[in-house]
This record gives sequence, C-alpha cells and structure tokens, in this order.
Amino acid sequence: MPKAPSPKSIEELTYESAFAELESIVAALENEQRSLDESMSLYERGQALVKRCAELLDKAELKVKQLSGNELNDIAEE
Amino acid sequence: MQPSLFASVQWTVSTLTKYIRDLLETDVTLQDVWVEGEISNLSRPASGHIYFTLKDAGASLRGVMWKTSATRSKLALQDGMAVAVHGKIGVYEVGGQYQLYADQIRAVGEGALYQEFLQLKALLEAEGLFDMERKRLIPEFPKRIGIVTSPTGAAIKDMLNTLRRRLPLIEVIFAPSPVQGEDAPPKLVEALAALNDLDPRPDVILLARGGGSIEDLWAFNDERVVRAVAGSQVPIICGVGHETDFTLSDFAADLRAPTPTAAAELATKISVAELTENLQAIGLQLSTLLLSDLNEQHNNLISLRDGLRFLSPSRRIQSDRQHLDELARRTNAAGIHRLALEASRLEGLEYQLEALNPLHILARGYAVVTLLKDGTLVRKVKHARDEIRIRVSDGEFDAKVLNRDSEIVNRKR
Repeated sequence: MPKAPSPKSIEELTYESAFAELESIVAALENEQRSLDESMSLYERGQALVKRCAELLDKAELKVKQLSGNELNDIAEE
Repeated sequence: MQPSLFASVQWTVSTLTKYIRDLLETDVTLQDVWVEGEISNLSRPASGHIYFTLKDAGASLRGVMWKTSATRSKLALQDGMAVAVHGKIGVYEVGGQYQLYADQIRAVGEGALYQEFLQLKALLEAEGLFDMERKRLIPEFPKRIGIVTSPTGAAIKDMLNTLRRRLPLIEVIFAPSPVQGEDAPPKLVEALAALNDLDPRPDVILLARGGGSIEDLWAFNDERVVRAVAGSQVPIICGVGHETDFTLSDFAADLRAPTPTAAAELATKISVAELTENLQAIGLQLSTLLLSDLNEQHNNLISLRDGLRFLSPSRRIQSDRQHLDELARRTNAAGIHRLALEASRLEGLEYQLEALNPLHILARGYAVVTLLKDGTLVRKVKHARDEIRIRVSDGEFDAKVLNRDSEIVNRKR
C-alpha cells in the first residue's frame, strides 16, 4: 500500500520531507496495483508535492546563523 | 702602562678562568639568549648530549645541548642547518672555552617552517591521523553546514555567496575564529568543538582561510588544530589558501578543497538547478504513470465491454428475429397470432434494452389485433369475434371478424 497521504498539510512540509513523499508516491504508482480513485488521489498529491518543492526551491534563501560561545544568533548580512 | 717586570703572580689559570666564568655567568643578558646561526661540527656521542658549533659569516660559537633537552627536541639537526638556539652562555673551564648551553633549538629562515611541517606530518602520519580509512563521506545533500573561518576577509563572503547560489535551502552555522596569529589555533579548535557540540550537528563543516604566505597559513599546521580536524565527529572539508597550498589540516580533513569557494562547492554536490531538474523529471514521471494507469483502466473497460456484448441478450434477440422471419415465412394466416405474440414479447424485450435498435414489428407489416369493445388483445382465434381493431405501423383501423376457420383447423389437428 502506498504511503497514505500524510496528515500534514503540504504547506508545512520541508523540502526533504515533501521530496521523500513524492518519491514514495512515484514508487507506489510504479509498482502497485490500485484502484483508479487511488491512482488519481496519489497523482494529485504528487502534483501538489511537486508544486510545493518547486516553490521551496524558488523561494529558498540561505539562512545564516552565527555561533558565539554556545549560542546561535541570526546574523544580518550587509 | 707597562707591566712591571717582577709583578707578583695574582692568578692561576684556574682562578682566572673561574673569574671569567663568574663574569659571564652572572650576566643576566647572557643567561637567556636566542642565537641564530648555522650548525656545523655536529656530533652526537653515545652519551646522548649534542655538541655543535654555531657560526655565521663572521664568528663561531661552541654549543652543547644536554641529553635531557636533546631528547625533547623534535628537530632533526644537520650540519648546515639554519637554526635559532636558546640557552645561556657559560664557560667550560677544562677546555678554556666559553660556550652556549642550549636548551631549545628551532629551525629558522628559508625552509625552517617546512622542516617543522615535515616533522609534524611524519609524526601524525605515523599515528594514522591521515589514513584514508578515517575519511568520512561528505553527505550529498546537506541541510546544515558549519563554517569555521575569519569573520572578516573574503573567504566567508565567497563561501556564503557560493552556497547561496548553489543551494540556498541550507542553513549555515558560522563559528568565527581568527585564522592567523598565536590565538588562532586554540580558537579554531574551540570553533570546531562548538560546532560538534550543536544539536543537531551540522552535516558537514567547512574549515577555510583565504590565501596568504606560508606563515599566514601556519595555524592550519598547528598540531592542536590538525588533531581537532581528525577528531571531529562531523565530516570536514578543508579549503585553506590556494590550489598549491597544502596544510596538515588538509591531510587530516575528510576532503581537501583547493580554495574556500571550492570547499563550498564540494559541500553542495547537488545544486538547486539540479534539484529543479529532478523535480521536473519526477513531475513528468508522475503524469506518465497516471496516464499509463488510465490507459490500463481504459483497456480493461474496453475488454469488459466486449465481453458484455458477447453475453448480451441482443444476440439472442437477433437470432430470435431470424427465427421470427422463418416463422413468418412458414406461417399461414392462422399463425399470425403467435407472431403477434412474439412481436409483443420482443417489443417488451427491446424496450428494456435501450442501447438496441428496437424491432419495428409493425413496420414490417404485422398488426396488433384487439377487441373493439374492450381493447382485449386477441391472442387466440377463439377470442376474435365481432368487431376488432387492427393496429399497423402508421395507425389503426377497425374490422369485422368473418369466420374463424383456423379454430376449426386447429381442432382437426
């Protein structure tokens, strides 16, 4: 059985988890028998995940933090 | 002043030598000197002490290093080697010589640092710090990258720019440290340790410094730093100086990069551009998979439909229709009732099979006969009496029943 669409809403997924789920959906579509309904919903979830990943890639901004002592601080770059 | 001819003898050799000795050995300056020169007449007898002469273009100085200091010195002395020697000036009374009692010897000048480098390298190599089996894989797709370098200077900017361009998805934890000067080694060690102590730990650490002279890069040859690099739990990419610079930290690191920028590139094997390509490929794959799924379902549907057609009553109806034609051919007037019956049955069936072209019985010349008075369907000859209504394809008309011969015929049979 393909991984059930995670209860987490797609907007909350990190790139890594969205991509991992996407890969499992592709594998499921490739390897398993399922009803048309299931196929459709897997596909739709997959497309949504592709969109999410693409957005994350587009919008990604390097996060830089500075370690001083044992404290992590955001640093503003000029 | 002329020496007097019969001056009283004030000194023996020993007392004079002792006097000179006291003179030299109570001079504060002479008791703590660094002297630079070239080694010659090096001799290491079985006693373990080292004897040598230190000389330059204009003078020479005898020197000795006692066994206790000699064993502590890592420097492999050779004649002709330029060294700086620390020690105190004393007098060897038996030989009538003043000499340098050395307690430390360092290589100096051209190649001196290189000598030190080679010695430490040999030492750490023998310990296995640079073994290939120790090297860990750099993760392909890091999420957190630690950076240890100077907060000022081009290296940090170059690395951040490279990371931002290649993989802005990641988080960078910058642990600043001086990268040259006496402070640098302990601070570098501290920064590496602090990154190792993070929870979660970075996936990889970039240890870097821009180009400089060999002295500028020296902190990265410091034994403490090299050991910290080898001991790090997190894989380290070391990018110090330029392409041609090799430091011991490079040897101890899991991966050596020629420059800081290259270190940032090596840490991000997969770039956003490649991720985007991957993603597009996967999107395409998804559509293809769905399409092939839909195709398969469609094919299933077609084969089911064909199967259904084969089993469908329409076949039977067609054969019935044939049968009916035969009947029609063979039937005499009396047979018409049955035909009408068949027709109406057929009509009923046809009505149920909406997909089928219903049989237009009436159009084929058949008629439905009912009694005029109450509309009862005339199924049997015996029912036909008086006035009847006959329905044909384009309407109906009434008729009178004249005789019922077929009843008689039937009876005779």
